[in-house]
Amino acid sequence: MDSFVRVGDARGVSTLTTDVASSNAALRGFLHGLPGVDKVGADARAAMLGTRSIKTTAKRQAIDLAISMVDLTTLEGADTPGKVRAMCAKAVHPDPSNPDVPRVAAVCVYPDLVAEAVQAVRGSGVKVASVATAFPSGRSSLEVKVTDTALAVAAGADEVDMVIDRGAFLAGDYLKVFEEIVAIKAACGSAHLKVILETGELATYDNVRRASWLAMLAGGDFIKTSTGKVQPAATLPVTLVMLEAVRDFLATTGRKVGVKPAGGIRTTKDAIKMLVLVNETAGDGWLHPDWFRLGASSVLNDLLMQRQKQDTGRYSGPDYFTLD
Amino acid sequence: MFEYAPAPESRDVVDIKPSYGLFVNGEFVDGSGSAFKTINPASEEKLAEIAAASAADVDLAVQAARKAFTTWSAMPGAERAKYLFRIARIIQERARELAVLESLDNGKPIRESRDVDLPLVAAHFFYYAGWADKLEYAGYGTRPLGVAGQVIPWNFPLLMLAWKIAPALACGNTVVLKPAETTPLTALLFAEICQQADLPPGVVNIVTGAGETGAAVVNHPDVDKVAFTGSTEVGRLIARSVAGTGKKVTLELGGKAANIVYEDAALDQAVEGIVNGIFFNQGHVCCAGSRLLVQESIAGELLASLKRRLGTLRMGDPLDKNTDIGAINSAAQLAKIRELSDMGEQEGAERWSPACAIPDRGFWFPPTIFTGVAQSHRIAREEIFGPVLSVLTFRTPGEAVEKANNTPFGLSAGVWTEKASLMLWTADRLRAGVVWSNTFNRFDPASPFGGYKESGYGREGGRHGLEAYLR
Repeated sequence: MDSFVRVGDARGVSTLTTDVASSNAALRGFLHGLPGVDKVGADARAAMLGTRSIKTTAKRQAIDLAISMVDLTTLEGADTPGKVRAMCAKAVHPDPSNPDVPRVAAVCVYPDLVAEAVQAVRGSGVKVASVATAFPSGRSSLEVKVTDTALAVAAGADEVDMVIDRGAFLAGDYLKVFEEIVAIKAACGSAHLKVILETGELATYDNVRRASWLAMLAGGDFIKTSTGKVQPAATLPVTLVMLEAVRDFLATTGRKVGVKPAGGIRTTKDAIKMLVLVNETAGDGWLHPDWFRLGASSVLNDLLMQRQKQDTGRYSGPDYFTLD
Repeated sequence: MFEYAPAPESRDVVDIKPSYGLFVNGEFVDGSGSAFKTINPASEEKLAEIAAASAADVDLAVQAARKAFTTWSAMPGAERAKYLFRIARIIQERARELAVLESLDNGKPIRESRDVDLPLVAAHFFYYAGWADKLEYAGYGTRPLGVAGQVIPWNFPLLMLAWKIAPALACGNTVVLKPAETTPLTALLFAEICQQADLPPGVVNIVTGAGETGAAVVNHPDVDKVAFTGSTEVGRLIARSVAGTGKKVTLELGGKAANIVYEDAALDQAVEGIVNGIFFNQGHVCCAGSRLLVQESIAGELLASLKRRLGTLRMGDPLDKNTDIGAINSAAQLAKIRELSDMGEQEGAERWSPACAIPDRGFWFPPTIFTGVAQSHRIAREEIFGPVLSVLTFRTPGEAVEKANNTPFGLSAGVWTEKASLMLWTADRLRAGVVWSNTFNRFDPASPFGGYKESGYGREGGRHGLEAYLR
């Protein structure tokens, strides 16, 4: 296969993209030429990394890092300006009684609430991310998806979390998925683009690896596991496969892409396992909110509770942490 | 940036006595040989004094086993099973204690003794407990042989004990077992477990000591069956000494396994499999994948990934829960690994190890890869029994099989491909007792294990494992 580029070959991303995205056949050839993923082996590796024991100083460091990587999210039909303002206040000061707790990385809302969020976090350094492109199913026309994106960007979103067309992907129409991502990336302007693969619907790790490369080739700044609306969401092995993909993509093209597991990360233990996975797969170059995010909401209070336990040696009840 | 703080497993769960006797006829007794010490290979600290069994002590143990055989062999299988089930459950209950003791005495990481050795040990007793009342369906006869003399190595002290004792007892035999001289402690704790399980006296006897004690066990005229796991060199001596005696013998000896990676393999998992194949248990594994045969078309890419992965291996305190590579078991083994590795360099292979801090005390050898290895190099032919991988390349499936089989050994092999037809074609042609595909070093009590050629004869594990203990 001419277009196959072995990992480690330093080739510019644009050359690679032009080569492989010239037709559906070329794209298919490239994606199916990537090394396969053996499920048993990937599951075993993720499970083994899940046994790492992170204690004392390492745990404290991991908790603060995890807090700073959270994309605090509300994506409900019942979201209101008041709900969004309350969440933003929490994002800026996660623990009001403890000012040395870092702020989270971003808040994530629907496009129509972006303006509200932008106002609420102004000056804090917390980014505003918006889902777009007929989230969560992505079942609409490209025009609607582009307009949806433009709406979010015009309202001041720093980041756009798009969904790929899983139907097209599963039907083998990789070019359609690719071109949509390219179009949304253009509509983003300077906003960062996170591409949601919805790995629970892609089902196989081979698909996860192919969709990761497809999203990266098309210009995504981040690849994200899930919408949070489909189970399973951000499992350890899926995140592992995506971390391998960004690692290999950097080696091949010189361009670094971030990873965001989202959905199902509820406890400090879950979050720390993710950081261990990053550390031992992509490497510590990804252990920064610019390159790794945790899409979650409930995990934040558990992180705060564990942090306080580390400081005081005691657990306090859930009523000592704010519910926003 | 993300340094894991030390996470040591507590030593408090084990209570190591200053000295240990032999376990004969259900009791701990003094040995008449001169006692020796067992040390922690990660720190060289002395753990305990161990009694050495003389030929006279071994004779007492064999007599005790012979006496116990009368009642044990006559007991209904379902009754014997109860003892084995009880032992299995006690092992599970005391798993943490056994795992910590194993890591202290052997040097292997606690993650492996906790997550691999101990679960397999318990599973092996559970598995053979299930056979005890079903022997007539196994197809190897139902009569036990008598007294089994068993000699086991230091690489998986408790697991090898389980492989030997569980099937022997299930079939109605009694045993005299000699653990390795550098790793006797878990076998002696197992003796306590036999007491705790009310196993009748004499059914299991543990005699500690070095080669002479082992020879006394093997050569004792009243031993009906010899089971040995260890080096091919000692295996030859045993085969010679039991020839013509009428003793049944099984030998599980060395290996130089080929791990074949085809160009269409799932690369990230193949890298994990290579690491698990040769760096698991510091490479002290008879079935270790010590020869990597990689298809030349992906050799560069695979080696780059492998080297990157080796950079993340954590070597150090075996009791730290995050340690991947522990200590080499003994000074003698370390010297052997060094000698063969130096030989590899002299013969022209290229040596590589990741940057890795070596502790001041104890016996350590960094994970090492040799590239540019030819079939004619000693490091491609001799068992190193350490964390040293020899990398060879091949061009076609035929060449891969030819090189894989071109060894005096034949214990295990690995095949990595996403293509099932190629996998089966290859496995059919490999002369090795175990062939793993898209995995390596996976064990299950239901699966038989054993070698071709100089890797020994007889099978352990599974239904096949009963054959060695029945007539």
